[in-house]
Amino acid sequence: MTKLTELTLAAARDGLASKAFSAVELATEFNAAIEAANPRLNAYVVTTPEKALAMAAASDARLKDGSAGRLEGIPLGIKDLFCTEGVRATACSNILGEFKPTYESTVTSQLWRDGAVMLGKLNMDEFAMGSSNETSRFGPVVNPWKRQDGANASLTPGGSSGGSAAAVAADLCLGATATDTGGSIRQPASFTGTVGIKPTYGRASRFGIVAFASSLDQAGPIAKTVLDSAIMLESMCGHDPKDSTSLQIPVPDFAAAVARGVKGLKIGVPKEYRVDGMPEAIEKLWSDGIAWLKDAGAEIVDVSLPHTKYALPCYYIVAPAEASSNLARYDGMRFGARVEGETLTEVYEQSRAQGFGNEVKRRILIGTYVLSAGYYDAYYLRAQRVRTRIAEDFRLAWQKCDALLTPTAPSAAFGLGEKSDDPIQMYLNDVFTVTANLAGLPGISVPAALDSQGLPLGLQVIGRALDEETVFAVAGVLEAQSGFNAKAKSWW
Amino acid sequence: MAVDANTVRRVARLARIHEPDSRLESLAGELNTILGWIEMLNEVDVEGVEPMTSAVETTLPLRDDVVTDGGNSQKIVANAPRSADGFFVVPKVVE
Repeated sequence: MTKLTELTLAAARDGLASKAFSAVELATEFNAAIEAANPRLNAYVVTTPEKALAMAAASDARLKDGSAGRLEGIPLGIKDLFCTEGVRATACSNILGEFKPTYESTVTSQLWRDGAVMLGKLNMDEFAMGSSNETSRFGPVVNPWKRQDGANASLTPGGSSGGSAAAVAADLCLGATATDTGGSIRQPASFTGTVGIKPTYGRASRFGIVAFASSLDQAGPIAKTVLDSAIMLESMCGHDPKDSTSLQIPVPDFAAAVARGVKGLKIGVPKEYRVDGMPEAIEKLWSDGIAWLKDAGAEIVDVSLPHTKYALPCYYIVAPAEASSNLARYDGMRFGARVEGETLTEVYEQSRAQGFGNEVKRRILIGTYVLSAGYYDAYYLRAQRVRTRIAEDFRLAWQKCDALLTPTAPSAAFGLGEKSDDPIQMYLNDVFTVTANLAGLPGISVPAALDSQGLPLGLQVIGRALDEETVFAVAGVLEAQSGFNAKAKSWW
Repeated sequence: MAVDANTVRRVARLARIHEPDSRLESLAGELNTILGWIEMLNEVDVEGVEPMTSAVETTLPLRDDVVTDGGNSQKIVANAPRSADGFFVVPKVVE
Protein backbone atom coordinates (compact mmCIF):
# COMPACT_ATOMS: atom_id res chain seq x y z
CA MET A 1 0.00 0.00 0.00
CA THR A 2 1.15 3.52 -0.77
CA LYS A 3 2.33 5.41 2.29
CA LEU A 4 0.09 8.36 3.10
CA THR A 5 3.04 10.74 2.65
CA GLU A 6 3.47 9.56 -0.94
CA LEU A 7 -0.03 10.60 -1.99
CA THR A 8 -0.65 13.62 -4.17
CA LEU A 9 -2.55 16.50 -2.60
CA ALA A 10 -5.61 15.69 -4.75
CA ALA A 11 -5.53 12.00 -3.76
CA ALA A 12 -5.13 12.85 -0.08
CA ARG A 13 -8.11 15.16 -0.33
CA ASP A 14 -10.18 12.31 -1.78
CA GLY A 15 -8.97 9.95 0.95
CA LEU A 16 -9.93 12.41 3.66
CA ALA A 17 -13.34 12.99 2.09
CA SER A 18 -14.05 9.24 1.84
CA LYS A 19 -12.80 8.68 5.43
CA ALA A 20 -10.11 6.25 4.23
CA PHE A 21 -7.90 7.98 6.82
CA SER A 22 -8.19 10.94 9.15
CA ALA A 23 -6.40 14.28 9.07
CA VAL A 24 -4.72 13.40 12.37
CA GLU A 25 -3.39 10.12 10.89
CA LEU A 26 -2.09 12.04 7.89
CA ALA A 27 -0.42 14.72 10.02
CA THR A 28 1.08 12.07 12.31
CA GLU A 29 2.75 10.34 9.36
CA PHE A 30 4.19 13.61 8.07
CA ASN A 31 5.47 14.59 11.53
CA ALA A 32 7.29 11.26 11.74
CA ALA A 33 8.69 11.51 8.19
CA ILE A 34 10.03 15.00 8.88
CA GLU A 35 11.61 13.99 12.17
CA ALA A 36 13.38 11.08 10.49
CA ALA A 37 14.55 12.87 7.33
CA ASN A 38 15.22 16.44 8.31
CA PRO A 39 18.65 15.92 9.95
CA ARG A 40 19.95 14.83 6.52
CA LEU A 41 17.92 17.07 4.18
CA ASN A 42 17.76 20.26 6.33
CA ALA A 43 14.54 21.29 4.55
CA TYR A 44 12.69 22.51 7.66
CA VAL A 45 14.14 25.22 9.92
CA VAL A 46 11.19 25.06 12.35
CA THR A 47 8.85 22.11 12.83
CA THR A 48 5.44 22.52 14.44
CA PRO A 49 4.27 18.94 15.07
CA GLU A 50 1.91 19.84 17.91
CA LYS A 51 0.33 22.65 15.95
CA ALA A 52 -0.09 20.23 13.03
CA LEU A 53 -1.92 17.72 15.21
CA ALA A 54 -4.18 20.39 16.73
CA MET A 55 -5.04 21.81 13.30
CA ALA A 56 -5.63 18.27 11.97
CA ALA A 57 -7.98 17.47 14.85
CA ALA A 58 -9.98 20.60 14.03
CA SER A 59 -10.02 19.51 10.38
CA ASP A 60 -11.37 16.09 11.34
CA ALA A 61 -14.19 17.79 13.21
CA ARG A 62 -15.05 19.90 10.17
CA LEU A 63 -14.79 16.87 7.84
CA LYS A 64 -17.26 15.15 10.11
CA ASP A 65 -19.82 17.94 10.34
CA GLY A 66 -19.71 18.77 6.63
CA SER A 67 -18.06 22.20 6.87
CA ALA A 68 -14.74 21.15 5.30
CA GLY A 69 -12.78 23.71 3.27
CA ARG A 70 -11.10 22.90 -0.03
CA LEU A 71 -7.76 22.13 1.63
CA GLU A 72 -9.24 20.53 4.74
CA GLY A 73 -6.66 18.43 6.56
CA ILE A 74 -3.92 18.90 3.94
CA PRO A 75 -0.44 19.19 5.57
CA LEU A 76 1.69 21.95 4.05
CA GLY A 77 5.17 23.39 4.58
CA ILE A 78 5.62 27.17 4.68
CA LYS A 79 8.65 29.02 3.32
CA ASP A 80 10.39 30.93 6.12
CA LEU A 81 9.73 34.19 4.22
CA PHE A 82 6.05 34.12 5.30
CA CYS A 83 5.00 35.64 8.62
CA THR A 84 3.23 33.00 10.69
CA GLU A 85 1.65 34.16 13.94
CA GLY A 86 3.55 32.85 16.95
CA VAL A 87 5.93 30.72 14.85
CA ARG A 88 9.46 32.02 14.20
CA ALA A 89 10.00 33.68 10.82
CA THR A 90 13.53 34.82 9.94
CA ALA A 91 13.82 34.80 6.12
CA CYS A 92 16.77 32.57 7.10
CA SER A 93 18.75 35.68 8.08
CA ASN A 94 20.57 36.28 11.34
CA ILE A 95 19.33 39.85 11.41
CA LEU A 96 15.80 38.69 12.24
CA GLY A 97 17.11 36.88 15.33
CA GLU A 98 14.28 34.87 16.91
CA PHE A 99 11.52 37.06 15.38
CA LYS A 100 8.07 35.65 16.13
CA PRO A 101 5.44 37.48 14.07
CA THR A 102 2.37 38.68 15.95
CA TYR A 103 0.31 38.49 12.76
CA GLU A 104 -0.25 36.13 9.83
CA SER A 105 0.57 36.72 6.15
CA THR A 106 -2.51 36.95 3.93
CA VAL A 107 -1.46 33.97 1.79
CA THR A 108 -0.98 31.62 4.75
CA SER A 109 -4.14 32.90 6.45
CA GLN A 110 -6.08 31.93 3.30
CA LEU A 111 -4.57 28.42 3.38
CA TRP A 112 -5.62 28.01 7.04
CA ARG A 113 -9.06 29.48 6.20
CA ASP A 114 -9.44 26.64 3.69
CA GLY A 115 -8.47 24.00 6.26
CA ALA A 116 -4.77 23.35 5.54
CA VAL A 117 -2.49 22.05 8.31
CA MET A 118 0.92 23.60 9.08
CA LEU A 119 3.92 21.28 9.42
CA GLY A 120 6.64 23.90 9.86
CA LYS A 121 8.84 26.54 8.21
CA LEU A 122 11.03 25.77 5.24
CA ASN A 123 14.66 26.66 4.59
CA MET A 124 15.59 29.16 1.88
CA ASP A 125 18.36 31.49 0.73
CA GLU A 126 18.72 34.48 3.06
CA PHE A 127 16.01 37.03 2.14
CA ALA A 128 15.38 34.89 -0.97
CA MET A 129 18.70 36.06 -2.45
CA GLY A 130 20.33 33.04 -4.01
CA SER A 131 19.84 30.14 -6.42
CA SER A 132 21.31 27.28 -4.38
CA ASN A 133 20.09 27.67 -0.78
CA GLU A 134 23.70 28.20 0.30
CA THR A 135 23.12 31.69 1.72
CA SER A 136 20.74 30.46 4.46
CA ARG A 137 21.79 31.13 8.04
CA PHE A 138 20.79 27.53 8.78
CA GLY A 139 23.04 25.99 6.12
CA PRO A 140 21.98 24.59 2.75
CA VAL A 141 19.17 22.16 2.02
CA VAL A 142 20.40 18.94 0.40
CA ASN A 143 18.57 17.88 -2.77
CA PRO A 144 16.85 14.49 -2.35
CA TRP A 145 18.09 13.64 -5.88
CA LYS A 146 21.62 12.24 -6.44
CA ARG A 147 23.68 11.84 -9.61
CA GLN A 148 24.00 8.26 -10.80
CA ASP A 149 27.81 8.46 -11.08
CA GLY A 150 28.25 6.80 -7.70
CA ALA A 151 30.21 9.73 -6.25
CA ASN A 152 27.35 10.52 -3.84
CA ALA A 153 27.90 14.29 -4.10
CA SER A 154 25.38 16.47 -2.25
CA LEU A 155 23.46 18.56 -4.78
CA THR A 156 21.63 21.84 -4.33
CA PRO A 157 17.83 21.78 -4.50
CA GLY A 158 18.08 25.22 -6.14
CA GLY A 159 16.94 28.46 -4.60
CA SER A 160 15.71 30.47 -3.15
CA SER A 161 12.76 28.17 -2.34
CA GLY A 162 15.06 25.15 -1.93
CA GLY A 163 13.47 23.94 1.31
CA SER A 164 10.00 24.06 -0.28
CA ALA A 165 11.14 22.08 -3.34
CA ALA A 166 13.13 19.50 -1.37
CA ALA A 167 10.32 18.96 1.16
CA VAL A 168 7.81 18.27 -1.64
CA ALA A 169 10.24 16.01 -3.53
CA ALA A 170 11.03 13.99 -0.40
CA ASP A 171 7.37 13.60 0.64
CA LEU A 172 7.80 15.79 3.72
CA CYS A 173 4.61 17.73 2.90
CA LEU A 174 1.83 17.54 0.29
CA GLY A 175 2.66 21.00 -1.00
CA ALA A 176 4.62 24.07 0.05
CA THR A 177 4.37 27.81 -0.22
CA ALA A 178 7.21 29.51 -2.06
CA THR A 179 8.04 32.90 -3.54
CA ASP A 180 9.58 33.92 -6.84
CA THR A 181 11.45 37.18 -7.50
CA GLY A 182 13.67 36.04 -10.39
CA GLY A 183 13.01 32.30 -10.60
CA SER A 184 12.93 31.20 -6.94
CA ILE A 185 9.89 28.94 -7.40
CA ARG A 186 10.56 27.59 -10.89
CA GLN A 187 14.32 26.82 -10.75
CA PRO A 188 14.07 24.76 -7.51
CA ALA A 189 11.02 22.95 -8.95
CA SER A 190 13.09 22.08 -12.03
CA PHE A 191 16.01 20.85 -9.85
CA THR A 192 13.81 18.55 -7.74
CA GLY A 193 11.27 17.06 -10.18
CA THR A 194 8.39 19.09 -8.72
CA VAL A 195 5.85 21.56 -10.16
CA GLY A 196 6.10 25.26 -9.26
CA ILE A 197 4.06 28.20 -10.51
CA LYS A 198 4.55 31.93 -10.12
CA PRO A 199 1.24 33.65 -10.86
CA THR A 200 0.75 37.04 -12.50
CA TYR A 201 2.14 39.89 -10.40
CA GLY A 202 -0.70 41.07 -8.17
CA ARG A 203 -2.62 37.78 -8.03
CA ALA A 204 -1.32 36.83 -4.57
CA SER A 205 -1.06 39.32 -1.74
CA ARG A 206 2.44 40.27 -0.56
CA PHE A 207 1.15 41.29 2.89
CA GLY A 208 3.13 39.50 5.58
CA ILE A 209 5.78 38.17 3.21
CA VAL A 210 9.25 39.53 4.02
CA ALA A 211 9.94 41.94 1.16
CA PHE A 212 12.93 41.49 -1.18
CA ALA A 213 12.13 43.37 -4.43
CA SER A 214 8.55 44.58 -4.20
CA SER A 215 7.85 45.07 -7.91
CA LEU A 216 8.99 41.49 -8.65
CA ASP A 217 8.10 39.38 -5.58
CA GLN A 218 5.18 37.01 -6.00
CA ALA A 219 4.05 34.00 -3.97
CA GLY A 220 3.09 30.65 -5.45
CA PRO A 221 3.04 26.94 -4.61
CA ILE A 222 5.47 24.08 -5.17
CA ALA A 223 3.62 20.76 -5.41
CA LYS A 224 3.86 17.22 -6.75
CA THR A 225 1.57 17.61 -9.77
CA VAL A 226 0.13 20.34 -11.97
CA LEU A 227 -3.34 19.73 -10.51
CA ASP A 228 -2.01 19.97 -6.94
CA SER A 229 -0.33 23.28 -7.76
CA ALA A 230 -3.58 24.59 -9.27
CA ILE A 231 -5.58 23.62 -6.18
CA MET A 232 -3.08 25.36 -3.89
CA LEU A 233 -2.72 28.46 -6.05
CA GLU A 234 -6.47 29.03 -6.04
CA SER A 235 -6.39 29.20 -2.27
CA MET A 236 -3.35 31.49 -2.18
CA CYS A 237 -4.68 34.12 -4.63
CA GLY A 238 -7.31 36.82 -4.30
CA HIS A 239 -7.64 40.52 -3.65
CA ASP A 240 -6.26 41.89 -0.39
CA PRO A 241 -6.74 45.53 0.61
CA LYS A 242 -3.55 45.27 2.71
CA ASP A 243 -1.41 45.06 -0.47
CA SER A 244 -1.90 48.07 -2.75
CA THR A 245 -0.61 46.09 -5.76
CA SER A 246 -3.07 43.24 -5.19
CA LEU A 247 -5.46 43.03 -8.16
CA GLN A 248 -9.23 43.33 -7.72
CA ILE A 249 -9.94 40.47 -10.08
CA PRO A 250 -11.78 37.22 -9.27
CA VAL A 251 -9.69 34.03 -9.04
CA PRO A 252 -10.68 31.56 -11.79
CA ASP A 253 -11.13 27.80 -11.30
CA PHE A 254 -7.46 26.92 -11.94
CA ALA A 255 -7.96 23.21 -11.24
CA ALA A 256 -10.58 22.96 -14.00
CA ALA A 257 -8.11 24.42 -16.51
CA VAL A 258 -5.53 21.64 -16.02
CA ALA A 259 -7.45 19.12 -18.15
CA ARG A 260 -8.58 21.64 -20.77
CA GLY A 261 -6.07 20.51 -23.42
CA VAL A 262 -4.17 22.58 -25.99
CA LYS A 263 -6.18 21.92 -29.16
CA GLY A 264 -6.13 25.06 -31.28
CA LEU A 265 -3.66 26.90 -29.02
CA LYS A 266 -0.63 28.57 -30.54
CA ILE A 267 2.57 27.88 -28.60
CA GLY A 268 5.51 30.19 -29.17
CA VAL A 269 9.11 28.97 -29.10
CA PRO A 270 11.46 31.91 -28.50
CA LYS A 271 14.72 31.52 -30.37
CA GLU A 272 16.66 33.69 -27.90
CA TYR A 273 16.26 31.00 -25.22
CA ARG A 274 18.62 28.71 -27.14
CA VAL A 275 21.83 29.65 -25.32
CA ASP A 276 25.44 28.62 -25.91
CA GLY A 277 26.60 25.62 -23.98
CA MET A 278 23.11 24.40 -23.14
CA PRO A 279 23.31 20.70 -22.21
CA GLU A 280 22.11 18.31 -24.88
CA ALA A 281 19.53 16.77 -22.55
CA ILE A 282 17.84 20.16 -22.18
CA GLU A 283 17.87 20.76 -25.96
CA LYS A 284 16.27 17.34 -26.41
CA LEU A 285 13.67 17.90 -23.71
CA TRP A 286 12.68 21.19 -25.32
CA SER A 287 12.18 19.48 -28.73
CA ASP A 288 10.24 16.69 -27.05
CA GLY A 289 8.02 19.26 -25.36
CA ILE A 290 7.31 20.89 -28.73
CA ALA A 291 6.42 17.49 -30.21
CA TRP A 292 4.13 16.60 -27.29
CA LEU A 293 2.18 19.82 -27.65
CA LYS A 294 1.92 19.38 -31.42
CA ASP A 295 0.60 15.83 -30.91
CA ALA A 296 -2.02 17.20 -28.55
CA GLY A 297 -3.28 19.59 -31.23
CA ALA A 298 -1.34 22.81 -30.60
CA GLU A 299 0.23 24.85 -33.35
CA ILE A 300 3.92 25.71 -32.82
CA VAL A 301 5.13 29.14 -33.90
CA ASP A 302 8.61 30.67 -33.83
CA VAL A 303 8.76 33.92 -31.92
CA SER A 304 11.47 36.40 -31.06
CA LEU A 305 12.04 38.13 -27.72
CA PRO A 306 15.02 40.23 -28.76
CA HIS A 307 15.76 41.82 -25.37
CA THR A 308 16.05 38.52 -23.51
CA LYS A 309 19.80 38.80 -22.94
CA TYR A 310 19.35 42.12 -21.14
CA ALA A 311 16.87 40.70 -18.62
CA LEU A 312 19.40 39.45 -16.07
CA PRO A 313 21.56 42.59 -16.00
CA CYS A 314 18.35 44.64 -15.80
CA TYR A 315 17.19 42.48 -12.89
CA TYR A 316 20.53 42.96 -11.11
CA ILE A 317 19.87 46.69 -10.99
CA VAL A 318 16.14 46.70 -10.23
CA ALA A 319 16.14 43.95 -7.60
CA PRO A 320 19.14 45.17 -5.54
CA ALA A 321 17.83 48.75 -5.73
CA GLU A 322 14.47 47.71 -4.31
CA ALA A 323 16.17 45.39 -1.81
CA SER A 324 18.50 48.10 -0.50
CA SER A 325 15.44 50.20 0.18
CA ASN A 326 13.30 47.38 1.67
CA LEU A 327 16.11 46.10 3.88
CA ALA A 328 16.72 49.54 5.38
CA ARG A 329 14.13 48.58 8.02
CA TYR A 330 16.56 46.12 9.65
CA ASP A 331 18.35 48.51 11.95
CA GLY A 332 18.34 46.62 15.25
CA MET A 333 15.80 48.94 16.86
CA ARG A 334 12.31 47.44 16.65
CA PHE A 335 12.81 43.72 16.02
CA GLY A 336 15.52 41.21 15.30
CA ALA A 337 19.10 41.25 16.49
CA ARG A 338 20.85 44.37 17.83
CA VAL A 339 24.60 44.76 18.29
CA GLU A 340 25.28 47.42 20.93
CA GLY A 341 27.77 50.22 20.23
CA GLU A 342 28.98 53.66 21.35
CA THR A 343 26.82 55.72 19.01
CA LEU A 344 23.52 55.21 17.23
CA THR A 345 25.28 54.98 13.85
CA GLU A 346 27.63 52.36 15.24
CA VAL A 347 24.66 50.30 16.46
CA TYR A 348 23.10 50.47 12.99
CA GLU A 349 26.35 49.67 11.18
CA GLN A 350 27.36 46.79 13.45
CA SER A 351 23.88 45.28 13.67
CA ARG A 352 23.66 45.23 9.88
CA ALA A 353 27.27 44.11 9.34
CA GLN A 354 26.81 41.13 11.65
CA GLY A 355 23.18 40.41 10.83
CA PHE A 356 23.35 40.23 7.04
CA GLY A 357 25.28 37.55 5.13
CA ASN A 358 27.75 38.33 2.34
CA GLU A 359 25.39 37.94 -0.63
CA VAL A 360 22.76 40.15 0.98
CA LYS A 361 25.38 42.80 1.81
CA ARG A 362 26.72 42.66 -1.75
CA ARG A 363 23.23 43.30 -3.13
CA ILE A 364 22.50 46.11 -0.68
CA LEU A 365 25.77 47.80 -1.70
CA ILE A 366 24.95 47.47 -5.41
CA GLY A 367 21.44 48.76 -4.82
CA THR A 368 22.68 51.69 -2.76
CA TYR A 369 25.28 52.50 -5.42
CA VAL A 370 22.87 52.45 -8.38
CA LEU A 371 20.40 54.64 -6.50
CA SER A 372 23.02 57.11 -5.23
CA ALA A 373 23.26 60.69 -6.47
CA GLY A 374 24.83 60.91 -9.92
CA TYR A 375 24.23 57.27 -10.85
CA TYR A 376 20.45 57.02 -10.59
CA ASP A 377 19.80 57.95 -14.24
CA ALA A 378 22.65 55.93 -15.70
CA TYR A 379 21.74 52.73 -13.89
CA TYR A 380 18.32 52.61 -12.28
CA LEU A 381 16.34 54.72 -14.74
CA ARG A 382 17.99 53.02 -17.72
CA ALA A 383 17.21 49.59 -16.26
CA GLN A 384 13.55 50.52 -15.80
CA ARG A 385 13.44 51.59 -19.46
CA VAL A 386 15.03 48.32 -20.57
CA ARG A 387 12.38 46.60 -18.46
CA THR A 388 9.72 48.31 -20.57
CA ARG A 389 11.45 46.93 -23.68
CA ILE A 390 11.41 43.41 -22.23
CA ALA A 391 7.70 43.67 -21.42
CA GLU A 392 7.07 44.96 -24.98
CA ASP A 393 8.80 41.88 -26.42
CA PHE A 394 6.17 39.74 -24.71
CA ARG A 395 3.31 41.97 -25.80
CA LEU A 396 4.41 41.54 -29.42
CA ALA A 397 4.79 37.78 -28.96
CA TRP A 398 1.19 37.52 -27.71
CA GLN A 399 0.02 38.73 -31.14
CA LYS A 400 1.38 35.45 -32.53
CA CYS A 401 0.86 32.92 -29.74
CA ASP A 402 -1.07 32.08 -26.55
CA ALA A 403 1.78 30.78 -24.41
CA LEU A 404 5.55 30.25 -24.60
CA LEU A 405 7.47 27.03 -24.09
CA THR A 406 11.08 27.19 -22.83
CA PRO A 407 13.42 25.20 -20.61
CA THR A 408 13.15 26.27 -16.94
CA ALA A 409 16.86 26.38 -16.10
CA PRO A 410 20.09 26.13 -18.11
CA SER A 411 21.28 23.03 -16.19
CA ALA A 412 20.21 20.23 -13.87
CA ALA A 413 20.92 20.51 -10.13
CA PHE A 414 24.62 21.21 -9.47
CA GLY A 415 26.78 20.30 -6.50
CA LEU A 416 26.75 22.34 -3.30
CA GLY A 417 29.77 24.63 -3.40
CA GLU A 418 30.26 24.34 -7.18
CA LYS A 419 29.17 27.88 -8.03
CA SER A 420 29.35 29.72 -4.74
CA ASP A 421 32.57 31.61 -5.59
CA ASP A 422 31.26 33.29 -8.73
CA PRO A 423 28.17 35.48 -8.30
CA ILE A 424 27.53 35.94 -12.03
CA GLN A 425 27.65 32.17 -12.71
CA MET A 426 25.12 31.80 -9.90
CA TYR A 427 22.92 34.59 -11.28
CA LEU A 428 22.81 32.86 -14.71
CA ASN A 429 20.62 30.13 -13.19
CA ASP A 430 17.71 32.52 -13.62
CA VAL A 431 18.36 33.34 -17.28
CA PHE A 432 15.09 31.73 -18.51
CA THR A 433 12.88 32.62 -15.55
CA VAL A 434 13.70 36.25 -14.75
CA THR A 435 11.96 37.68 -17.83
CA ALA A 436 8.53 36.63 -16.48
CA ASN A 437 9.21 38.51 -13.24
CA LEU A 438 10.28 41.67 -15.04
CA ALA A 439 7.16 41.56 -17.22
CA GLY A 440 4.88 40.39 -14.36
CA LEU A 441 3.72 37.28 -16.25
CA PRO A 442 2.68 33.85 -14.94
CA GLY A 443 5.21 31.03 -15.38
CA ILE A 444 5.19 27.35 -14.40
CA SER A 445 7.89 24.69 -14.29
CA VAL A 446 6.82 21.12 -15.03
CA PRO A 447 9.21 18.15 -14.58
CA ALA A 448 9.37 16.28 -17.86
CA ALA A 449 12.59 14.23 -18.17
CA LEU A 450 15.71 12.91 -16.47
CA ASP A 451 19.19 13.74 -17.77
CA SER A 452 21.98 11.18 -18.28
CA GLN A 453 22.82 11.40 -14.56
CA GLY A 454 19.22 10.61 -13.64
CA LEU A 455 18.50 14.19 -12.50
CA PRO A 456 15.14 15.85 -13.24
CA LEU A 457 14.74 18.66 -15.78
CA GLY A 458 11.83 21.04 -16.10
CA LEU A 459 10.03 22.77 -18.94
CA GLN A 460 8.65 26.26 -18.42
CA VAL A 461 5.38 27.64 -19.75
CA ILE A 462 4.91 31.42 -19.69
CA GLY A 463 1.48 32.93 -20.30
CA ARG A 464 -0.24 36.26 -20.80
CA ALA A 465 -0.88 38.39 -17.73
CA LEU A 466 -3.83 36.92 -15.79
CA ASP A 467 -4.01 33.88 -18.07
CA GLU A 468 -2.84 31.22 -15.61
CA GLU A 469 -5.58 28.99 -17.01
CA THR A 470 -3.81 28.58 -20.36
CA VAL A 471 -0.53 28.05 -18.48
CA PHE A 472 -2.15 25.23 -16.49
CA ALA A 473 -3.72 23.75 -19.64
CA VAL A 474 -0.34 23.58 -21.41
CA ALA A 475 1.38 22.29 -18.26
CA GLY A 476 -1.28 19.59 -17.89
CA VAL A 477 -0.56 18.33 -21.40
CA LEU A 478 3.22 18.37 -20.84
CA GLU A 479 2.78 16.38 -17.63
CA ALA A 480 0.50 13.82 -19.27
CA GLN A 481 2.49 13.44 -22.50
CA SER A 482 5.90 13.21 -20.83
CA GLY A 483 4.61 10.50 -18.50
CA PHE A 484 7.13 11.81 -15.95
CA ASN A 485 6.65 10.03 -12.63
CA ALA A 486 10.21 9.56 -11.38
CA LYS A 487 10.93 10.07 -7.68
CA ALA A 488 14.21 10.51 -5.84
CA LYS A 489 15.34 7.21 -4.30
CA SER A 490 15.26 7.57 -0.55
CA TRP A 491 18.71 7.73 1.15
CA TRP A 492 17.49 9.97 3.90
CA MET B 1 32.51 53.99 -13.94
CA ALA B 2 34.91 51.79 -11.97
CA VAL B 3 34.36 51.54 -8.24
CA ASP B 4 37.37 51.94 -5.92
CA ALA B 5 37.87 51.27 -2.21
CA ASN B 6 36.86 54.82 -1.31
CA THR B 7 33.59 54.51 -3.19
CA VAL B 8 32.85 51.23 -1.43
CA ARG B 9 33.51 52.92 1.92
CA ARG B 10 31.12 55.76 1.01
CA VAL B 11 28.39 53.40 -0.25
CA ALA B 12 28.71 51.12 2.79
CA ARG B 13 28.34 54.18 4.98
CA LEU B 14 25.19 55.20 3.07
CA ALA B 15 23.84 51.67 3.52
CA ARG B 16 24.77 51.71 7.24
CA ILE B 17 26.81 48.54 6.95
CA HIS B 18 30.20 48.48 8.63
CA GLU B 19 32.85 47.11 6.26
CA PRO B 20 36.38 46.81 7.67
CA ASP B 21 39.18 48.45 5.62
CA SER B 22 40.58 45.01 4.87
CA ARG B 23 37.41 44.12 2.92
CA LEU B 24 37.13 47.28 0.79
CA GLU B 25 39.48 46.24 -2.04
CA SER B 26 37.93 42.82 -2.54
CA LEU B 27 34.42 44.27 -2.38
CA ALA B 28 35.41 46.86 -5.01
CA GLY B 29 36.54 43.99 -7.23
CA GLU B 30 33.27 42.11 -6.75
CA LEU B 31 31.15 45.18 -7.43
CA ASN B 32 33.18 46.05 -10.53
CA THR B 33 32.68 42.57 -11.95
CA ILE B 34 28.92 42.85 -11.50
CA LEU B 35 28.71 46.48 -12.67
CA GLY B 36 30.88 45.62 -15.70
CA TRP B 37 28.42 42.92 -16.67
CA ILE B 38 25.50 45.30 -16.18
CA GLU B 39 27.13 47.80 -18.60
CA MET B 40 25.62 45.61 -21.33
CA LEU B 41 22.43 47.61 -20.88
CA ASN B 42 24.09 50.57 -22.61
CA GLU B 43 23.61 48.72 -25.92
CA VAL B 44 19.82 49.01 -25.67
CA ASP B 45 18.12 51.90 -27.44
CA VAL B 46 15.85 53.39 -24.79
CA GLU B 47 15.29 56.73 -26.50
CA GLY B 48 11.72 57.84 -25.77
CA VAL B 49 10.93 54.67 -23.76
CA GLU B 50 9.00 55.25 -20.55
CA PRO B 51 10.51 53.58 -17.47
CA MET B 52 8.43 50.68 -16.23
CA THR B 53 7.10 51.29 -12.75
CA SER B 54 4.63 48.45 -12.34
CA ALA B 55 4.21 45.05 -13.89
CA VAL B 56 0.45 45.14 -14.42
CA GLU B 57 -1.14 48.47 -15.28
CA THR B 58 -3.51 49.54 -12.56
CA THR B 59 -4.27 52.71 -10.69
CA LEU B 60 -3.18 52.75 -7.10
CA PRO B 61 -6.31 52.36 -5.00
CA LEU B 62 -7.20 54.76 -2.20
CA ARG B 63 -8.83 53.57 0.98
CA ASP B 64 -11.11 55.52 3.28
CA ASP B 65 -9.11 57.73 5.63
CA VAL B 66 -10.32 56.08 8.82
CA VAL B 67 -8.67 54.23 11.69
CA THR B 68 -8.88 50.48 11.05
CA ASP B 69 -6.53 49.09 13.63
CA GLY B 70 -4.85 50.00 16.90
CA GLY B 71 -4.38 49.29 20.57
CA ASN B 72 -1.63 46.79 19.78
CA SER B 73 1.37 48.37 21.44
CA GLN B 74 2.31 45.18 23.32
CA LYS B 75 2.21 43.18 20.08
CA ILE B 76 4.24 45.84 18.30
CA VAL B 77 7.08 45.84 20.83
CA ALA B 78 6.91 42.07 21.40
CA ASN B 79 9.98 41.46 19.22
CA ALA B 80 11.99 44.53 20.23
CA PRO B 81 15.59 43.92 21.33
CA ARG B 82 14.81 46.29 24.23
CA SER B 83 11.48 47.80 25.28
CA ALA B 84 9.83 49.32 28.34
CA ASP B 85 6.21 50.22 29.08
CA GLY B 86 5.13 49.68 25.47
CA PHE B 87 7.98 51.81 24.05
CA PHE B 88 11.07 50.85 22.08
CA VAL B 89 14.28 51.54 24.00
CA VAL B 90 16.96 52.87 21.64
CA PRO B 91 20.46 54.31 22.07
CA LYS B 92 20.70 58.01 22.82
CA VAL B 93 19.91 59.89 19.59
CA VAL B 94 20.30 63.55 20.62
CA GLU B 95 23.54 64.64 22.28
